[in-house]
Amino acid sequence: MGRHRGCPSPKTIQEIQLRLSRNILFQHFFVTHRAVSRLFKRAVLPQGRGAKLLLLLLMEHKADSSTEPSSNSFPDSDAVSSRRDFIGRLAAISAGLTVAVPFVGSPAADAIRRDRVDPADKPDRSDSLDCALDVNGKKVKLSIDTRTTLLDALRDRLGLMGTKKGCDHGACGACTVHVNGARVLSCLTLAVMAQNKKITTIEGLAVNDELHPVQASFIACDGFQCGYCTPGQIMSAVGCIEEGHTGSDTEIREFMSGNLCRCGAYPNIVDAIKVAAAKMKRGVS
Amino acid sequence: MRPFEYGSALDASDACSKGTDRSSFIAGGTTLIDLMKLEVMNPSRLVDLNSLPMRGITIDDKELSIGALEKMSAVAANPIVATNYPMISEALLQSASPQIRNMASIGGNLLQRTRCGYFRDTSTPCNKREPGTGCSAINGENRMHAIFGTSESCVATHPSDLAVALVALDASIRLQSAQGYRLLKLEDFYLLPGQTPEKENQLQPGEIITEITVPRLPLARKSTYVKVRDRASYEFALTSAAVGLELDSATIRDARVAVGGVGTKPWNLPQIRQALIGKQLSEEVFRSAAKQAVEGARPLRDNGFKIHLVQLTIIRALMNLGGLA
Repeated sequence: MGRHRGCPSPKTIQEIQLRLSRNILFQHFFVTHRAVSRLFKRAVLPQGRGAKLLLLLLMEHKADSSTEPSSNSFPDSDAVSSRRDFIGRLAAISAGLTVAVPFVGSPAADAIRRDRVDPADKPDRSDSLDCALDVNGKKVKLSIDTRTTLLDALRDRLGLMGTKKGCDHGACGACTVHVNGARVLSCLTLAVMAQNKKITTIEGLAVNDELHPVQASFIACDGFQCGYCTPGQIMSAVGCIEEGHTGSDTEIREFMSGNLCRCGAYPNIVDAIKVAAAKMKRGVS
Repeated sequence: MRPFEYGSALDASDACSKGTDRSSFIAGGTTLIDLMKLEVMNPSRLVDLNSLPMRGITIDDKELSIGALEKMSAVAANPIVATNYPMISEALLQSASPQIRNMASIGGNLLQRTRCGYFRDTSTPCNKREPGTGCSAINGENRMHAIFGTSESCVATHPSDLAVALVALDASIRLQSAQGYRLLKLEDFYLLPGQTPEKENQLQPGEIITEITVPRLPLARKSTYVKVRDRASYEFALTSAAVGLELDSATIRDARVAVGGVGTKPWNLPQIRQALIGKQLSEEVFRSAAKQAVEGARPLRDNGFKIHLVQLTIIRALMNLGGLA
């Protein structure tokens, strides 16, 4: 049974979550108590995986619908959860609370967010362009600068932090999403050009409470270490399988070459894809 | 990224009328957005071509036609292309990554800019980026650079694999402008850097590539693309060879060879054709033909290895096709 390096096995979910909350990696992801409990109950996760469990988070919608301000809309730019808010939310979750924590940023957090994430922080920036996106089945309208990439719109405007910014130049694949069913790089896609198309991110892959087979197989096969590339790997793997390029390990590696993993989890990623491909072929989720 | 206006073209004539020397057309955007982020390209207006009808892959007795907006992945996977022009499929499948191939149009692929590190770095002089500032690569890091077609102004390679295959196959492109359309051999479309490396091809402001046509050639069915890289996948070529052979049992009736990763434009090698036609298949024949390929090559400080490597690349492609590998 795999275990995160240097981490003794945690005994309880609360212990795991408390540990995770101190882990810098955790800042990349959103978790819900319910999601972790469910996976344990279904024995999807063996006990003792330690801090790697945090990577459940990226397999999971960033929050249960109960924690969203509205089930049919995204938090927009004025109400997106900042990392600071998230840590607060996490503490509440870790403490076993299941209360809804709304995506409302404090003025200070908003200022930090603007300083940090503004995709085009030039004096002449204007958010004057109307942009209608269809993300994970939800339609949302934004006013954006023409320069906003789909990646920045997803992360900074819609609060969908599962899609990761790696190189921001199309070299690493961390930002992979599906547009009209095809895997593409959101960092090289202008948001305005993604209008009238169906966008699916890692948060939209699971159907209700059911993980996508590729998400489940990445957990089962330990297809990651730090997890930063994992959402992109999973989105790309779904494309790889659906395109029919899982005939051999070599073919999988070739058709996954657009996704870099600095931890070098490639052997387990290949295993995860083989397992998921077999399941999907059999129609098992 | 600097500010720009965005607009979608309604049709081809609308697109042409919106094209100026300060605007850029955008299709897949995989080169353009990258270079705009680096502020290497700074158009004040983007004209989106994606609503135009330039799509479809068809074949008749004379030629293969591919709409310029077709994605690299769609062309690579197309059975007509894979059967009749395996070299094109192979060149595309060895280009970029699956995600980029799902985004990039093949018209745009032919217009992608060089991967020269100095071109992409706005803190260094580059004649291609800023004419008259000088070439940093000629006496700098030039391991990836060209050995053919270079000038005192520029030694950057053309990065497209597809273009190498298309040049080998004598492909043409159809260009549309407000004045009408014209057909150009792809090989003639590309310009050598000379004293004006900023001008890479014959495309005029407001002109768009609408279609690529490739003649039916018997040798195209027996063709291949071999690419040698620093890593196994998702990397630009050190050297590459697009090779087609038409055989009459063991006699070579016709041959085409073009090479990539070595030229300032996709580098066609008609002289190899003459060295192969009428000869019997053998490694020796291939070696002697490949030797002719590198006549006139001008190595730089770091890229002399390409003179040897490109010969091996050509030989490997010929051996694979001739069944001698």
